[in-house]
Amino acid sequence: MSRQFDNFALVALGFVVLALLLPLTAGDSQLGWMDHPAAFSVLLLVGGVSLYTAWKGVHGTGVALLIVGLVFIGVLSAIGLMNDGLAGTASWGFWAYIFSLWALIWRGIAHISNTSTLHKGQRVATSIFIPALFGLWLLFLWEMLCVGFGVPGVLLPPPSAIFLQLISSLDILYADFVQTFMKSVLSGFIMGCGSGFIVAILVDRSPFLKRGLLPLGNMVSALPIVGIAPIMVMWFGFDWQSKAAVVVIMTFFPMLVNTVAGLSAAGKLELELMRSYGAGYWQTLFKLRLHSAMPFIFNALKINSTLALIGAIVAEFFGTPIVGMGFRISTEVGRMNVDMVWAEIFIAALAGSTFYGVMALLERAVTFWHPSYRVKHR
Amino acid sequence: MSQQSPAPEKRTVIETQELEVTFQTADGPVFALSDINLTVSHGDFVSFIGPSGCGKTTLLRAIADLEPLSSGSISVNGATAHESRMARAYGYVFQAPALYPWRTIEKNVTLPLEIMGMGKDERAERSTKYLELVNLAGFENKYPWQLSGGMQQRASLARALCVDPELLLMDEPFGALDEIVRDHLNEQLLRIWRRTEKTIVFVTHSIPEAVFLSTKVVVMSPRPGRIIDVIDCDFPADRSLDIRETPEFLEVAHRVREGLRAGHSYDD
Repeated sequence: MSRQFDNFALVALGFVVLALLLPLTAGDSQLGWMDHPAAFSVLLLVGGVSLYTAWKGVHGTGVALLIVGLVFIGVLSAIGLMNDGLAGTASWGFWAYIFSLWALIWRGIAHISNTSTLHKGQRVATSIFIPALFGLWLLFLWEMLCVGFGVPGVLLPPPSAIFLQLISSLDILYADFVQTFMKSVLSGFIMGCGSGFIVAILVDRSPFLKRGLLPLGNMVSALPIVGIAPIMVMWFGFDWQSKAAVVVIMTFFPMLVNTVAGLSAAGKLELELMRSYGAGYWQTLFKLRLHSAMPFIFNALKINSTLALIGAIVAEFFGTPIVGMGFRISTEVGRMNVDMVWAEIFIAALAGSTFYGVMALLERAVTFWHPSYRVKHR
Repeated sequence: MSQQSPAPEKRTVIETQELEVTFQTADGPVFALSDINLTVSHGDFVSFIGPSGCGKTTLLRAIADLEPLSSGSISVNGATAHESRMARAYGYVFQAPALYPWRTIEKNVTLPLEIMGMGKDERAERSTKYLELVNLAGFENKYPWQLSGGMQQRASLARALCVDPELLLMDEPFGALDEIVRDHLNEQLLRIWRRTEKTIVFVTHSIPEAVFLSTKVVVMSPRPGRIIDVIDCDFPADRSLDIRETPEFLEVAHRVREGLRAGHSYDD
């Protein structure tokens, strides 16, 4: 009877052996594992656990969590090594060590996410825990690659540098966020989506408008923002109003088209039902057609939530007071202060995905009845 | 055919005269209904039966003012079909339940009452009453998609009943359901009809269903859609599904089938 070995753990073990055999550093400083006793003992511990896991396999979430914990210690040790003279000189021995950690954490996470007998609370915890761990691991790899290979900060700063920049300039970032997101994006989003919605309802009532306005809207949506942004600045001035105007132009049309499509989504039977009750136009609109239009309207809201942020940031490249995310990005790039650009990108990504997430949650709450969200509980 | 003379106090609910409905299509006009003269009295259970394309659904929709007439006239309760629709004089049950998925069963049932502007307390009272009548008590707060097809169609029946219309128009309401559920719902419908003394017009293409339910079976034929026979069925009011095995029942069913065959013979 042949024994079934745990493949990931075997790979991890193989890399630990490679880490021991290959040189730890390259270049002038010929440091070895023996010069870093703490890191060396962690390496041996990783090797030992890999050997044990390869032989016995992973049984139970507890063991998997222990493995994740060990990898965490291994990560700290790797960061310690970087600070201890490996920055820019790391060689194959070090990378083999990183790969062994990779294989081991893969094994641990795979076990956690495969456990099918989770109850609801555990499943929710896992659905947060695993992506978070994955993200952290990517940040760690990014950090190690940047520092280990000595990548110039202008090309790609390590996450730690971005993080330090982020904390040290929170006040500036906050002011930029307020200027760009709270003022330009939100007001433009509300005005653009609101007017798109209202015009859609007017258009729906009048076939003449439908024929005249929809192609016109189509043309407006095809306007390049790079072209209209400077014109909006001329029309509405340097402050957030011109950016909001760009956002209005970008968000209006998706809302218009989606709402018009949504308003004709109500089924024939459902409409005839309303007719058989002698319901008027507004009753039919509020009790039937707007409900069946909601999936379409939320589609537009989600598309617009990302479009609005892009529009506002790009519009700020064309003249702005000395605050705002787009302004900061364009000036800091000019000053080679790339850490700050990345910090702004991080804030923009955070704001954008939160905005999108809020729209998606709202959609779930409003269109809970839609086949894609239904929960059958009898 | 023994023409049962209706009791003198029975008043006319629906009367059509020289009714014609023509659809204009790209291939020229299609005569959906032609020369329809029909009288439905209060308390009748009338079934329209015929092959598909014979205009039975169109006739029902014309009575409900969901289909414009080309010529002729319809009167419902002495008024035009349009006036009756605006007065909510009928309840209509479609082929599909057509329940709104964002409303609970209770809210679906009370939708017509909401449109009429009825107060909240009375709406709740009515929904309780009619959901009980169709055996759906306890499902008030479920959503339609959490119920089976038969239950959904019963909810749509409750919705049609809750405005308490004198007239109930039903367009193959149980056509999409399996036979066991359909038999069961037919019995329930008969019970509700007896208890509420409504006038029911029912479209079907099942002969046993028509004969079992109806006091009058209207046999129709296609191209152009017209009435070829009206057959009276006078089975006892408290009949059960068992009468479908009796010779009397089979004889009426046979007559309906003969009628359908006669109407069909020329176009194959």
